[in-house]
Amino acid sequence: MTVKTIQAPLPGTFYRASGPDEPVFKSEGDAVAIGDTIGLIEVMKSFTPVIAEEAGTLVAFHVENEDAVMAGQALYDLDA
Amino acid sequence: MPEAARSFKVVKPGLATTVQDLGRPGYYHLGLPISGAMDRLALIAANRLVGNEDGAAALEAVFLGPELTFAADALVAVTGADLPPKVDGVEQPGWTAFTVAAGQTLSFGFLKGGARAYVAIAGGIDVPEVLGSRSTYALGALGGFEGRALKAGDVVPLGTANGTGREGASIPPAARRPVANEIRVLPGLYWHRITESAQDGFFEDTWKVAPEADRIGYRFRGGRKLDFVPREQPFGAGSDPSNIVDSCYPYGSIQVPGGTEPIVLHRDAVSGGGYFMIGAVISADMDLIGQLQPHQAVRFAAVTMEDALKARHDETARLKATVPA
Repeated sequence: MTVKTIQAPLPGTFYRASGPDEPVFKSEGDAVAIGDTIGLIEVMKSFTPVIAEEAGTLVAFHVENEDAVMAGQALYDLDA
Repeated sequence: MPEAARSFKVVKPGLATTVQDLGRPGYYHLGLPISGAMDRLALIAANRLVGNEDGAAALEAVFLGPELTFAADALVAVTGADLPPKVDGVEQPGWTAFTVAAGQTLSFGFLKGGARAYVAIAGGIDVPEVLGSRSTYALGALGGFEGRALKAGDVVPLGTANGTGREGASIPPAARRPVANEIRVLPGLYWHRITESAQDGFFEDTWKVAPEADRIGYRFRGGRKLDFVPREQPFGAGSDPSNIVDSCYPYGSIQVPGGTEPIVLHRDAVSGGGYFMIGAVISADMDLIGQLQPHQAVRFAAVTMEDALKARHDETARLKATVPA
């Protein structure tokens, strides 16, 4: 069991759900499979999904919904 | 080797990876923007590292790099943003020519600084010229690869390398322009439309790049709203005080719709409209705008025409001195 910190692949605004009234993609404690959507990053008027490249358990988010993120910034911890 | 084999296939396209050269000047008065690389110095540097002409077509990758599999051996250089290139997963230095062998895949690590990386390949990207340029104008579906950003599955043709590029050629870090926190502006155009305190405030305040900033325009937020000198709006102008009778928009001009969020028009900009402009970013600093990430803070600094011309001269001289042709 090792906890890994997953970084933002690009800069922009981070969203945890696909819309204000939609459920969050993932909550802390949820299982993550490869290919799962963890959140969205909005930049240049487009939304890029943050896709899990590793499976495990989502331990904690480092950023809040609608936070500004820079590329490479810590997004979440995964217990892989 | 047959020409068709000189190509790469797009495995992952990145966010908005486009073919760009030095642009398509001469049609702006007809509404066609100049397009071309947002950071021209970086494009020229990448081309020189692989032995291309300065204006050869390369890829401009913004924020997120593509993944490309090469059909033939190629000499490649990546400049501009700090977006670490990898060949079959092995990291390569930036601002340095390296080889990608036939069958190998060029990919990129996370962006570490800047916004736009230029991927030059010896021989250049061999898409057809449209109105004298291979640059992509995506809004107009013109030029580049089928008039659009790259998609997965695209096979992009390459020209024949002239053989003058050499592996390991590099541009030293001192020669690269650091990411800017100040952008120089020549006040003018409709400068008289805002009050003196608004004129001062624009240059005092710190502005942050808005996430929607793109090749058309770079929008900034966070400074004080501009106050306008009262007037009765002339015939033909909109009712908002930021409106003017429609006018030409120069490349680099700064419009402030509603007086709230300045937009610096960049290489794919619209060529005219009804918003007043407070001035223009000097040509020497337009490359720097193309390397700003969203949320990055900058200030604008007022300069004179004399300063602007000297900056352009110095930039050109620096390019010649540090990036040998």
